[in-house]
Amino acid sequence: MGWLNAVVQGLLLGGLYALFATGLSLMFGVMRIVNLAHGDLAVVASFLALALVSGTGLPLWVVLVVTVPLFAVLGYLTQRALLQRSLSAGPLATLLVTFGLSIVLQNVLLEIFSADTRTLDGGSFATGSFELNGTISVGYLSLTTFLLACLALTGIQLFLSRTGLGRMLRASSDDRETANLVGADSRHVYGIATAIAFATVALAGLMFAIRSSFDPAIGPSRLIFAFEAVVIGGLGSLWGTLLGGVVLGVTQSVGAQIDPALTLLAGHLVFLAVLAFRPQGLLAGRTT
Amino acid sequence: MTISQMLTTRATAAVDVTRAARSSKLSAVALLIAVAVLTALPFLVFSTVTDTLVNLFVLVALASMWNLLAGFGGLVSVGQQAYIGIGAYSVIALADLGVQPYLAVPLAALTCAVFALPTSWPAFRLRGDYFAVGTWVIAEVYRLLVVRVDSLGGGSGKGLTGLSGIDQVLRGALTYWVALALALATIAGCYLLLRGRLGLSLMAVRDEETAASSAGIDVRRAKQVVYLVSAVGCGAAGGVITVSSLSVNPDAIFSVQWSAYMIFIVVIGGIGSIEGPLIGAVVFFGLQQLLSDYGSWYLVLLGAIGIAAALRLPRGLWGLVRDRTGLSLFPVGYFVQKRDSDVVS
Repeated sequence: MGWLNAVVQGLLLGGLYALFATGLSLMFGVMRIVNLAHGDLAVVASFLALALVSGTGLPLWVVLVVTVPLFAVLGYLTQRALLQRSLSAGPLATLLVTFGLSIVLQNVLLEIFSADTRTLDGGSFATGSFELNGTISVGYLSLTTFLLACLALTGIQLFLSRTGLGRMLRASSDDRETANLVGADSRHVYGIATAIAFATVALAGLMFAIRSSFDPAIGPSRLIFAFEAVVIGGLGSLWGTLLGGVVLGVTQSVGAQIDPALTLLAGHLVFLAVLAFRPQGLLAGRTT
Repeated sequence: MTISQMLTTRATAAVDVTRAARSSKLSAVALLIAVAVLTALPFLVFSTVTDTLVNLFVLVALASMWNLLAGFGGLVSVGQQAYIGIGAYSVIALADLGVQPYLAVPLAALTCAVFALPTSWPAFRLRGDYFAVGTWVIAEVYRLLVVRVDSLGGGSGKGLTGLSGIDQVLRGALTYWVALALALATIAGCYLLLRGRLGLSLMAVRDEETAASSAGIDVRRAKQVVYLVSAVGCGAAGGVITVSSLSVNPDAIFSVQWSAYMIFIVVIGGIGSIEGPLIGAVVFFGLQQLLSDYGSWYLVLLGAIGIAAALRLPRGLWGLVRDRTGLSLFPVGYFVQKRDSDVVS
C-alpha cells in the first residue's frame, strides 16, 4: 500500500520537474542553448521570494504574481544582452557563458544570504492534504503544483501552435536564416523564448522553495533533474518533457521507498538506461 | 604524368613544409631550463612555496586533459570530476591494501582507464551539449556509488594511510616531484599524441565529423582514445590531490567545481592549443593567490572573467600572443613557407 502512495507522490513531484524542465527544453529547442545556469535561476527566484516575503510582508501569492513577470523581463534582457552575443561566438561560448553565469549567481547569493539552508513558509496550504481511500494522502501543494505545470505546458503548447509569434518561434527554431528572410526578427523571437523559459523557471523555483529547503549551492543538482526530465521525455517535445518529469519523479519516489539513500541514484540510473536503449527519448518528435 | 601529379610536384617545389618555427627551438631551450629549475626547487625554497605549486601543477594537468578532450577531440565534458574522484579513491583503497601511496598514483590512473572504457559507451551516445551534462550525471552516479561503500568512508570521506612513516620535509618534496612529473607528463603526452597520426585525425573530427569519417577516419576510435587518455590524466591528478591533502571527501572530490576550473583555465588561456592551458593555469593560479582573501567574491569575479573571455577572446590569451608574435612553443600544426620568402600560413 505504501507503494501506490509512492507512485502517486512521484507522479505529483514529476509535475514540478516537468515545469522546471520546460524552460531548459524550450531554450534548447529554439536556440540550441543548454542553459547551465537554469538551476541557479530557480534558486535566485526562491531567494527573491524569500526576501520579498520577509522584507515587505506581502502574502505569498502576491510575491508569486510579481516574481514570475519580473523573471520574464529579466529573461528577455539576458537573452538580448548576453546570450545573443554568445550565440554568434560559437557553440562552446554559450555553454561557457551560462556556466559562468551559474558561478556568478551562486556566489552572489552566497554573499548576500550566506550558506544557511532556508525554507519559504507556505502556511497551512503547504502542509495540508486530503485522504484518498485511506491509504493515499495528496498534499494540496503537490496537487496545485502538478495542475500548474499542466496548465503552463498547455499554455505554451497553445502559444506555439496557435499564435503568430509562436509560429515564428517554431520557424526560427527550424531554420533561423529562412525565418529571418520571411520577416521574423530572430533576436526578438529568441528573447521571447528566453522570457517564457525564465518565467517557468521562476514559477518552478517558488514551488521548490515552498516544498523543500534550499541553499545557494543547490542549483546544479536541480539542473540535473531538469536535464534528465528533458532527455528521458525526448528533445523538442513538451508533452515528452511532462512524461520525462513524471517518470523521473516516480522513479525517485519508488527508489526512496526501497531505501532513502537510493532516491537520486535511481533517477540517474533510469536516465542512463534511457540514454543507452532509447537515446531519442520516450516521446521523440511527436509534437511541437 | 597526370595533371594531379604535375600540380603536386609544382606545389611542393614552390614551398617548404616545416613543423617547427624558428622560435620553437629557442623556446625549447627556455623550457628545458625552466623544467630544470622547477625540478631543483625543493632544494632552493621553503616548503610553503613548493606546497602551493603542487596546486598549480594539478591545475595544469587537469586543464591540459580537458583541453585535449574539448579543444582537440570536440568532446565538451562537464564530468571529468568522475575520474578525479575515482583516481583519488583508488589511491586511498590501494594504500589500504599496502601499496606505497606514491606508487599508487600511476596505478590509480590505470584504474581510471578501466572505468572509462565501459563509461564511454553510454556517454558517446550523446552529442554536443547533451554530452556535457550527460557526463555530469555519470560523475554524480559514481559519487553516489562511492558514498555507499562503507570501507571507503561513506559520505564523510577517509584519510590516506601509509605516508606517516616518511619525514615531513621529504614527503613535501616527493609530493612536489610527483605533481611536477604529472604536469610534465600530461603536456608531453598531449604534444606527442597530437603530433602523430591521431592528432591529425582528431583535428579533422573536431572541425567536421562527417567529412572526417568519409575520408576514412575511425571517428569513434579517435574519440575513445582521447577520452581514455583524459580519464587517465584526471585520475592521476586526483591521486596527486589525495597524496597532497592526505584525505579525501566525496562531495569535494566529485564536485562539479573541478570542471568549472578546467573550463575557465582553458577558455582564458586559449582552447585548442597546448600552450593555452599552461598560460590559463598560471593566470588562474595567480588570481586565486591574489584574491583568496575575498571569499566568494573571487568566484564571482572568476565567473565574470570567464563570460567576458568567452565573448571577447574566443581564442584566449594564447591566441592574442600567437597573433602578435607568431610564437609557438609546442607546434602541432605545420608551417608552409615559400622558398626564400616569408611564412605563408
